[in-house]
Amino acid sequence: MIDKPINNRAWLFVVPVLAFVLFSSIIPVMTVVNYSLQDTMGENNFFWNGDSWFRDLLNPATTIGARFNDALFRTLAFSFVCLLVEVPLGIAIALCVPRRGWSVGISLVIIALPMLIPWNVVGTIWQIFTREDIGLFGAALTGLGLHYNVTQDAVSAWVTIVVIDVWHWTPLVILLSYAGLRAIPDAYYQAARIDGASRWAVFANIELPKLQKVLVIAVLLRFMQTFMIYTEPFVVTGGGPGSATTFLSIDLDKVALGQVDLGNAAAMSLVYYLITLTVCWVFFTIMTQLDRRRDVRCVPESLRDLFSPLTSCC
Amino acid sequence: MARITLDHIAHSYSGNPRSEEDYQLKPLHHIWEQGAAYALLGPSGCGKTTLLNIISGLVIPSEGRLLFDNVDVTRLPTEERNIAQVFQFPVIYDTMTVAENLAFPLKNRRTPTALVKQRVAEIAQMLDLTKDLSRRARGLTADAKQKISLGRGLVRADVSAVLFDEPLTVIDPALKWELRSKLKAVHRALDLLMIYVTHDQTEALTFADKVVVMNDGRAVQIGTPAELFERPEHTFVGYFIGSPGMNLLPAKVAGVRAMVDGHAFDLGATYPDLRGAANVQIGVRPEFVELTSGAGAPVQMLGISDLGRRRLATVDLAGRSLVATVPASFKGLGDQVNVAFDPANTHVYVDERRVQGVAA
Repeated sequence: MIDKPINNRAWLFVVPVLAFVLFSSIIPVMTVVNYSLQDTMGENNFFWNGDSWFRDLLNPATTIGARFNDALFRTLAFSFVCLLVEVPLGIAIALCVPRRGWSVGISLVIIALPMLIPWNVVGTIWQIFTREDIGLFGAALTGLGLHYNVTQDAVSAWVTIVVIDVWHWTPLVILLSYAGLRAIPDAYYQAARIDGASRWAVFANIELPKLQKVLVIAVLLRFMQTFMIYTEPFVVTGGGPGSATTFLSIDLDKVALGQVDLGNAAAMSLVYYLITLTVCWVFFTIMTQLDRRRDVRCVPESLRDLFSPLTSCC
Repeated sequence: MARITLDHIAHSYSGNPRSEEDYQLKPLHHIWEQGAAYALLGPSGCGKTTLLNIISGLVIPSEGRLLFDNVDVTRLPTEERNIAQVFQFPVIYDTMTVAENLAFPLKNRRTPTALVKQRVAEIAQMLDLTKDLSRRARGLTADAKQKISLGRGLVRADVSAVLFDEPLTVIDPALKWELRSKLKAVHRALDLLMIYVTHDQTEALTFADKVVVMNDGRAVQIGTPAELFERPEHTFVGYFIGSPGMNLLPAKVAGVRAMVDGHAFDLGATYPDLRGAANVQIGVRPEFVELTSGAGAPVQMLGISDLGRRRLATVDLAGRSLVATVPASFKGLGDQVNVAFDPANTHVYVDERRVQGVAA
């Protein structure tokens, strides 16, 4: 056996991290948990309120419940639309990016550029870009005779927010897919040529299966970022027109900071947090399953495995 | 089924070669006969994979023509050449079953379903894959995957040649022998032209009817395993084939006699006076070197190593070490050890190439 030295000074290395986590995560979250279980009549007097904030929130018949439901649906719809556009588009562009030669570097830098721009700057750029009087994009669409008005027309607002997200974040999917494609050994393409495979067959039977893992990561990252979208609608549409682009984060901001409705806001943010956590867990499980899978099984079985941690503990 | 002709094929990856140094594959003229098994043997980077890729169409040669029977296919794309290739690492289609993998090349060529089924069953039978047909290809062992790669090539009835690019690299040593016998059996059953690239001489010599030894982009000798062993045409073949390789000694050669540092050795044939030529060597394999207390050049014993079935003695002849095989009963010869060469198997090389003497 190796004798492990016991030295309490080792704590000195751990304590800063614990302190940091305490102040950055644990204390703020516990404060929110605290608010979600209490109510106040003002003057900093709080009293126990049990789970009624949560019951209101999850009951669509109440005002806050209906509002939360709508915002959640909008956010999920937004994430879904963004993924639906960005993932196929990202893969398609990644397939077109050159694999060798001088053009590789230039292409990758141009592709990565939008990701370097901070969120609020993106918002400001697009706010001006989409104005129908002085904005290039807005003026052009209006000039073409299209009905386009970000602040008054719900469809325009939605399309704009989706286009911003696609422009800003498809590059992430492109870069991940490109890295995945580069990792496929040449022999696969050579074998496919010898087997007389069409371009589509190469994509469906070699490239897509080999991209599986990076795509899971890409979908996870894109889901998280679209699910928490805040700055773009905040700057460009302000959540409007009406509540057309009021996503969960915007709504939470309105309840917590606009109305200073601490109980509702706390319950809302905790539920929001739990949804995020659940999605992360599902993705994490998928990823570890992909790594571990000994591959003889077919799809329904692996789906069952995915949920085995749930069923085995019941 | 075809005969493949390399009509002065040469290749340079840089595009415009100026000197011979620029060629990764130096001009080569050779005919691969239908039904024979060839091995391309050489160290890494000698151009053997380039040559293989030229035949399969993955590389277009910078010079020369490639003929399948009498059809010029130099610029024909891979998929129209009807060749099969097995790569160093098993290439299988992950998402498909073994049967779907085998059927893939036929499906791509729109073969009728009934025929596909029949061919897949035949090939699976031949490669012992029948019981795995409905399994996912991904979960199988490396040797099964290599058999699937081979099967995908063989499943097409019109295949002209099967090319192997170091196919046993990732196979367990214990299974290598088995898979190699399978390849031999397939070769005998199908009477196909097979070309096998390897840097392992055992693989090459056991698999092939004829071995092409390559070095530095050049085919230095093409011959049967016995020819390569008995009459290496190039010093490279001498020391690359055989383990250990041929002993090479600088010598002065004239007539039937070679002088190595003042010691005379008899040769099996009469040679012209080569004393003026640069870089003259004699080569003799350890199997034909004898340690004796009789006539010969005096040497110093350096050591004996036991390789199980045979024993090798390393001796010092005027500052150069030589390897000789010695019988199992060999106990040493005391202080005075002499070395003698079998004249019939002592070859003369001028500038690395063998010179043919006139029979005495």
